[in-house]
Amino acid sequence: MKTYAEINEKIKQGKAVVVTAEEIIDLVKEQGYEKTAAQVDVVTTATFGPMCSSGAFLNFGHSDPPIRMGKVWLNEVMAYAGIAAVDAYLGATEPSETQGLKYGGAHVIEELVAGGKVHLKATSYGTDCYPRREIDTWIGLADINQAYLFNPRNGYQNYPVAVNSSEHTIYTYMGTLLPHLGNATYSNAGELSPLLNDPYYRTIGIGTKIFLGGGVGYVAWQGTQHHPSQNRAENGVPTSTAGTLALIGDLKQMKQEFLRAAVFERYGVSMYVGIGVPIPILDEEMLRYTAVTNYDLKTTIVDYSVPKRAKPNYGQVSYAELRSGSIEINGKKIPTAPLSSLAKARQIAAILKEWIAKGEFTITEPVASLPIESKPQSLEIREKEC
Amino acid sequence: MPKRKVVLTFPDHLTDQPLTYRLVKDYDLEINILKAKITPGEEGKLVVELANGTEESILTGINYLKQQGVHVEPLSQEIVLEETACISCGSCTAVCPSEALTIKAPEWKLDFDKEKCIVCEMCVNACPMRIIKVSF
Repeated sequence: MKTYAEINEKIKQGKAVVVTAEEIIDLVKEQGYEKTAAQVDVVTTATFGPMCSSGAFLNFGHSDPPIRMGKVWLNEVMAYAGIAAVDAYLGATEPSETQGLKYGGAHVIEELVAGGKVHLKATSYGTDCYPRREIDTWIGLADINQAYLFNPRNGYQNYPVAVNSSEHTIYTYMGTLLPHLGNATYSNAGELSPLLNDPYYRTIGIGTKIFLGGGVGYVAWQGTQHHPSQNRAENGVPTSTAGTLALIGDLKQMKQEFLRAAVFERYGVSMYVGIGVPIPILDEEMLRYTAVTNYDLKTTIVDYSVPKRAKPNYGQVSYAELRSGSIEINGKKIPTAPLSSLAKARQIAAILKEWIAKGEFTITEPVASLPIESKPQSLEIREKEC
Repeated sequence: MPKRKVVLTFPDHLTDQPLTYRLVKDYDLEINILKAKITPGEEGKLVVELANGTEESILTGINYLKQQGVHVEPLSQEIVLEETACISCGSCTAVCPSEALTIKAPEWKLDFDKEKCIVCEMCVNACPMRIIKVSF
């Protein structure tokens, strides 16, 4: 048994033993659970995948004369300005008003993080205290006040495999799906993925300090559509979409290589977000969770060609099968392809490991736990208010 | 062993002729059809890789096609990937029919084998980073 404080003391002294969620697997194989649990202090997990539910709060500062911005555009992408005078929220998936689905909020965020200037336009109805009605200028991250990523839903704990049984190619947020079960795409780092290594959110909770987009961020809240009541396998790990995280972090610390705008053909704009989460090995139970392998982690194969909320599924596969390059459905061999980058996730897990090993990054005990029971509601279409 | 990728354009009156059969039978060439659009009675297009001969026998085969009225030009388009901007997500490998684009253990870094590429252009729009282009 170790406490957060004891682990942090070791981190500060530069003596903490830190390994990644991939490395821990071999370590456990070599020396067993008991010895490894005593030896290892922190396991780093990571993911780098498309996360649509992302965006940034920006405060532009006041012009002279000042404006109470009513409508705001950044590089012709609309940001939500229905908050105080010069605050706005730029959503990652908001498409450009001039370029359509080729460019959107995520591209603006990436340009800002890369050090570029973006074109700010805003209009207003004008007030006695904010007389200006229009503004047209250029801004960079260094010129504005607060700029922080606030992503309502990131780091999905598991996600289905997408296939298409129809006769036509379909274009989805899970990529291009070829007809007649021509391919299968999946988007998860498997044994390296944060919430798959802490299935009941024992150490990942509100306030947990993390790696976000190259800087330091925090878990702010449960993510939207948080679904911990999902079916779970014997090892406790959900077998489809389950827990989610709302994340927050200073955009000014972030790096372009860990925050990348994406375009999904005929679907729209999204953003690849790099996330790294440290998991303290408080006891053998936490070690067992983090030592989970791709063979033990299963997800559900879902048919995306059925345009309904409840889509038919073809049962479960393990991440080991998905990583082998093909899966079998009804006796047919189907090639698999990842959408999230394992190479980048490994890079993030390694960076976080280094930060902790050097004593630069300590771990945080959650201020409050994430719910472990809750189901998402569906939206019913009603004829009238009732 | 020399190989050559060529684009063959067939005028409408030739689409019912067994020209590829003659290339195999009379010129002893191995023909790998990379892309085909043939409808009887309409102008047709074939992208093929010719192999299994010498540089000379391939040229003789090509000359035979030209004599028959087939328009032959080298496959000059190619797929260009901006490697430094690639995040190795693997999305493009989902649609690549020739296994030119692959991503595998242990590194899980995208690998592009130009030799296997048939320039079908499926990857161009499948790349979420939009860093795959066709160059002429």
